[in-house]
Amino acid sequence: MSAPTRPGPEPLGGPRRTSTRMVVLVGLLVTLLLAGVVSFYASSHPDGLSPVAAGLGFDTTARESATAGSPLAGYRVADVGDARLSGGLAGIAGVLVVGAVMAGLLLVLRRRPRTAADPTAPSSPSGPSTDPDA
Amino acid sequence: MHVPDGFLDAPTSVGTAVLAAACVAGSLRRARHELDDKAAPLAGLVAVFVFAAQLLNFPVGAGTSGHLIGAALAAVLVGPATATLCLTVVLAVQALLFADGGISALGTNILLMGVVAVWVGWGAFRLALAVLPRRRWSVPLAAGTGAFASVPVAALAFVALYAVGGVAPIPIGALAVAMGGWHLVIGLGEALITFLAVSSILAARPDLVHGARGHLPALELRVPEAAR
Repeated sequence: MSAPTRPGPEPLGGPRRTSTRMVVLVGLLVTLLLAGVVSFYASSHPDGLSPVAAGLGFDTTARESATAGSPLAGYRVADVGDARLSGGLAGIAGVLVVGAVMAGLLLVLRRRPRTAADPTAPSSPSGPSTDPDA
Repeated sequence: MHVPDGFLDAPTSVGTAVLAAACVAGSLRRARHELDDKAAPLAGLVAVFVFAAQLLNFPVGAGTSGHLIGAALAAVLVGPATATLCLTVVLAVQALLFADGGISALGTNILLMGVVAVWVGWGAFRLALAVLPRRRWSVPLAAGTGAFASVPVAALAFVALYAVGGVAPIPIGALAVAMGGWHLVIGLGEALITFLAVSSILAARPDLVHGARGHLPALELRVPEAAR
């Protein structure tokens, strides 16, 4: 291959590179802080589409969601009076659910190719990709 | 810009749902090429971060707010197909658990934010990257550019859907001006957050950023002597 064998002036990643686990852990901590604490200070104004719909008068056709009775509807935990606690708990619950669903999806996606391909093959991409990457 | 139930008529909602399902199916197949050992944990992080960031509405004036969509951010960090899957999971949880975005409008929302915003963001990112100098700081700058483009284009895609199957008879030109205008401003916030988030990951682990692969030289440099 034509890959360079000598380090450039600025070796990327460096000698003390952060582990993937650490990146994910720190990112997760920031995410939980945003969802559980910072979300309380977010603007309570309606976002983009709603004011436009109200301004042009087509907001009236909106129907209440079928899940409006969910205990987490509107990013509030039902029956928790304190707004800060209610919103924070709903945010953290959302992070956990999204994380769990995504983790399940990733597990399924990453298991399939190995059962389809030769099981003794190394876990590196098996064979040339047929669809060119954009 | 979560579309509620009742804005678009039934045929349009079904049409967008079918289109969204086809795009998600394609992304499921394509994502396998993007998800190697390094990308998979990051994809999980991207999904939860996008969910959390979508809670953080920032004011954009006149009683209106905006929040990150995260489509361009996800595409740059983990690749466009995986980004579609991340946004799909976030939008489905929001609609089913939090009553944010309609159930019959879920396909519409996935199409707008999980497909249109993702691919416009990714396309604009690649275009910007090709024009900018081959330096490390070009990556977050191009990501911000992609993020900025993705928001108003997704808003205009909604306008196009409303022109096809909107329930109320309203002037489409006025809708396009209002949606495009507000979402240009919201796009600035999207660009800033995307720039900062991509910069952070790039500073810690440039090799984890999907969009930076092939752009930065000597990413996978292994020196055997250094291991012992």
